[in-house]
Formats: sequence, structure tokens, C-alpha cells
Amino acid sequence: MAKSRHRPRLGVFKFSSCDGCQLSLLDCEDELLAIAGAIDIAYFPEATRSDDVGHYDLAFVEGSVTTTHEAELILDIRARSSTLIALGACASSGGIQALKNGAETNAFIDTVYAHPEFIKTLDTATPISDHVTVDFELRGCPVAKHQLIELVAATLRGRKPQTPAYAICIECKMAGNVCVMVANGTPCLGPVTHAGCGALCPGYTRGCYGCFGPKETANTAALATRLADHGADKRQIQRLFSTFNTGAPAFRDEAKRHE
Amino acid sequence: MLVETDSCNSPFVLDANGLGRLIASLHASGHRVLGPTRRDNAVVYDEVRSTSDLPRGWVDEQAGGHYRLKREGEAYFGYTIGPTAWKSFLHPPKQSLWSTKTGNGQTEIRPASISDEKLAFLGVRACELAAIAVQDKVFLDGAYRDPHYAARRANLFIIAVNCGRAASTCFCSSMGTGPKAREGYDLALTEFITSEDVAFLAVAGSKEGAEMLSTLPTRPATQADIDASTEATAQAESQINRRIDTSGLSPLLKENPDHPRWNDVASRCLNCANCTMVCPTCFCTKVEEVSDLDGVETSRVQSWASCFTSDFSYIHGGAVRTTPKARYRQWMTHKLATWVDQFGTSGCVGCGRCITWCPVGIDITEEAAAIRSGNKGG
Repeated sequence: MAKSRHRPRLGVFKFSSCDGCQLSLLDCEDELLAIAGAIDIAYFPEATRSDDVGHYDLAFVEGSVTTTHEAELILDIRARSSTLIALGACASSGGIQALKNGAETNAFIDTVYAHPEFIKTLDTATPISDHVTVDFELRGCPVAKHQLIELVAATLRGRKPQTPAYAICIECKMAGNVCVMVANGTPCLGPVTHAGCGALCPGYTRGCYGCFGPKETANTAALATRLADHGADKRQIQRLFSTFNTGAPAFRDEAKRHE
Repeated sequence: MLVETDSCNSPFVLDANGLGRLIASLHASGHRVLGPTRRDNAVVYDEVRSTSDLPRGWVDEQAGGHYRLKREGEAYFGYTIGPTAWKSFLHPPKQSLWSTKTGNGQTEIRPASISDEKLAFLGVRACELAAIAVQDKVFLDGAYRDPHYAARRANLFIIAVNCGRAASTCFCSSMGTGPKAREGYDLALTEFITSEDVAFLAVAGSKEGAEMLSTLPTRPATQADIDASTEATAQAESQINRRIDTSGLSPLLKENPDHPRWNDVASRCLNCANCTMVCPTCFCTKVEEVSDLDGVETSRVQSWASCFTSDFSYIHGGAVRTTPKARYRQWMTHKLATWVDQFGTSGCVGCGRCITWCPVGIDITEEAAAIRSGNKGG
């Protein structure tokens, strides 16, 4: 890459999350030096000591909004960023913590914490797009390394990243996996889940957990009917749809139908 | 390729040892031998090093959205078909087409190399021979010949194995493709049980097949051998109880785009694309440009695509087929009707993979029958 080229200024921000998605950036290993050469990593607490100051060409936001502080901070980051990208299940659908949505938050706080008076939290865990305009969402819990690199490469070239919204099943068949649902009767969310992981779990003869959230035109009702035919009870189906993307409307609504 | 002489077509009998010799001979002549193996509770096509890799004594039980293997008998080829289609090797899921490298103000374009690998397919069923013939029309005929497919196809040695069993999802006989292999093979084997072991009635279908057969330990077939193999094929045929009524099917589907059954099937369809992935004739691809981080190297990669995705029908402004209903109707109408206009043959060979490997068990034969009967999809 020509030295004279403008290196976009990147900020990496963490909201309520486990850090896994932003650590995926460090996991890029072989490509990490190329990434560091192509973009100016200006703020990334997991990797650098720099402070959060100024304007960003590119902001990667991990995590969901669960406190009033976070709800204010995301507005500030948005105002200082040209392009804002939500990374992972928490940022794009609320994450596993969205299980608290609709539940009694204060009851949880009283049960878990010795001094509940110090805890200040919202009643919901919500995706970044509920608060500000998001330019692109990269799915996954955590995001897939190859998709993160594609995202960076595409952003540098000013093109749309190639992250197809079709089912995991396409990746599964292209990998030559045997369908765990058809051959073993294993419950699998693959047919309603967004591609991206390369069908990781079915590749190890496990059912898909839906880490990448709902695919386009996900027919969760037809899948749930089939799971019931295979012997899954309402509680099992409800739990299957209530994990890392429990806040994604297609999964949340299917889970509700089985409460 | 086909040699229609008596000497070529007279049957011989090969025993299990001879089958092992056949595999070894193919390796010796530089072929990569692919055939049935047992992996993850299914029979999948993969590398075959010797007869011990074959799923001897395993048979499959299939239904809509259901596949199980169980032990039964001693046959090497007692299973019917599994999830793998031979297109996985002739028309692989990903194929690099060309790449570019930019530097010093110049862009160099490099075409992807054409593989000279010699493949041998062991255990190709009659429906699968028909499917390969369908894809030959797609990739080799007409103005846009696929050089990668052509190279693999030219170096391919095909050993067909006639079915001795049929799965409940099989309907080759109504599509006119099986269960007995008629053409398109170098060697055809029919497995039958003898007093000591299993044996194979072997018939050559090409000069290369006849030459191969002449190097193997065989004996001329007796009438009893021929009768035993005929009986094995007849048994498979008698077990087929699914069918598609193909009479007038093409106009029927084309004239019924608003049939209520399309809504009914759309309510069950996951639009997950499994049917198109396992279909041995589905050939659609997309191309993507893949660039590296510093923008120096870019490659154009072709990969399998499916008409069950919204990207597939995306044109300027949006997708043409936004609903699962439109996508299922497009797939089935193309497969059974407009395919005939396009390629002069049905796109369906009756293998039943789309029925078995549909996670919710949607059955193309039932859907076609429902459109015909005027079933309102209740």
C-alpha cells in the first residue's frame, strides 16, 4: 500500500460484553500487522494506551447498552465517528444479557449483589442500533475472524463487505458436513441462522446454537414445529431460541411462542 | 466414448478381491479414487484407498428429513445414496477463476490453473449418471463452456454400480433415469450374493473400461450370474414407490404460478437452501471479488449459489424474489418445467436427496402432485 495513502483513524469501543469480539481483532495474528499498517489504531484499550480523543473515521463498537452511562456514551461516539460498525451479537441484538429484557431487574440485583444500592442499570440490554444509526452490523458470538478481515478490507476499499445473510446450511453443505438434524435428529438452529461461522458446530456433529442470529427470511415457526416432531418440548424450544441472540426479534418471538 | 460392440458389452464376473484390484489399478494409473465411505452416520463420497474403506454391511433408511444408517447384510454397495452429489468434485463448492496483482502502476491478470487431476468415481448410481449428463449439458454445451469442469470431466473414469435396494425417497423410475445404468459409464457393476461371498457382474461401457476389465481377474458370466444380477436390480425397482407424473408437467407448473399450494409449501419451507446444495443437477454459482488488506492482490472466486437466498435474485434496487414462496416456486418450476426448455431435459433425476436432506422433509413429488390435483393447500 502506498505510504501516502490516508490511514483511517480507528477507535474500538466496549459496551456491555465479554470482550471476545474486540479480541478477535487481536486474534487476526497473521493479518494483524497488515491491519495495523492499513489503519491507524488510535483508540483500543485492549491493545494500546492511547486515550479516547478526537474524531474517528471508523468506530468498532462491541457490546450492548445496559446502563444510562452507556446510553450517553454511544451518542458521543456516534457524533465523533464517520462510520460506526457494530461488532457481534451484543452490539447487533443485545447479547445474552438481553435475557433480562422483560424480567424484574431489581429482583436480579437483590439476589446477586451484596450491596444492591451501588448498582445502576437499565431494565434492558439493547443493540447499538436502538440508540444511534449503525452503518454496518457484523454478526457473531464472537465475530468470525475471516469476516472481520473482510470487513476491514472492504471498508478500506469503500465497498460493501461480503457477509451473506443466508442460512448456515449453505456453509455446512459447502464444507461437506453431514446434516446433524437429518442424520442424527439433533436439534440445530442452522436453517434459521445467519451464515458466517463456517458451520463450526455442525462440523463437529453438534447442532447450531444460533450465535450469528437470525438469517434473512428466517422461518423459525416451521423449524420449531419440526423440532417438536423430533421430541423437543416447549421449554427446550424456548431455550434454544433464548441464547446469545435472544433479543433478535425473530428468535425472541419464537421463544415467546413456546413460553 | 461409448463402444457398442459385443466383446465390450459381454459381462464378466469380478469377486471382492477383483474389486480391490480395480481400485489398486486406478491408483496405479494415477487416478484419485472417490467412492462411498462411512462418516458421521452417513455414506459420503470421499477418498477410497481400498475395499476396506467401503461401507460394507451398511444400509440406509430414508424418509422426508430423515436418514439413518443400520447394519444389514454383507453388500459393499447395499446403501442407496447419501448426501454427497458427485458435483462436489466435478463442480466444486469453490473455484478460483482468476486473480490480479497490482504493482508499479500495472495490473497483472493471472487465470486460475486448470487441474489435470485424474478422478475415478466408484459407485455411481443410475440417477447420478443422469445427473452428470444433465450437468454436462449445462457446462459443456453451448457458448459458455466451463474449462475447469471440462478438464475434470475429460479425465474422469466412471464405475457405475446398479442399485440392489431403493430408499423410500427414490423415484428414478418415474423420471426415466434408473435404477439400472444404461449409459455414461466406463464400467458398470451389479453386486449379487453367491454361495461364498458377494460378486459383481461387470460390463464395460467404453474402450477405457474394456481395457481396465481385461487387466482384472475375472471369469465370463454364466446365465446364473446374469439372472442373479437381474434379480438384484429388479428388487430395487420393485421397492420404488414414489413417483412424479411427468405427463404435461411443464405446462402445468408454468400455468399455475398463483396456485394456493405455493403458499402452503412456503409456510413449511425454511428457505435454507439444503435442497439446492444436495441436488446433483443444481449448478448455480455466484462470483465474488476477494481483496487482501493492502489492496495489492484480488481474486475472483466462484462459489455455489442458491435460488433460495435473496442475494440470488438481487438486481439494481433490490431482490426480485423476496418471499420464500417465490423462491420455492422458482426452484421447482425451473427444475421440473423450464429446465426442459433450457436444456432439453428435466432438471430432476429422481434421486430424492432434496426430500431426505430437507430438514423439514418437504417432498417435491408431493408438491408436484398437489399442484396437479388442484389441492388447495389446506
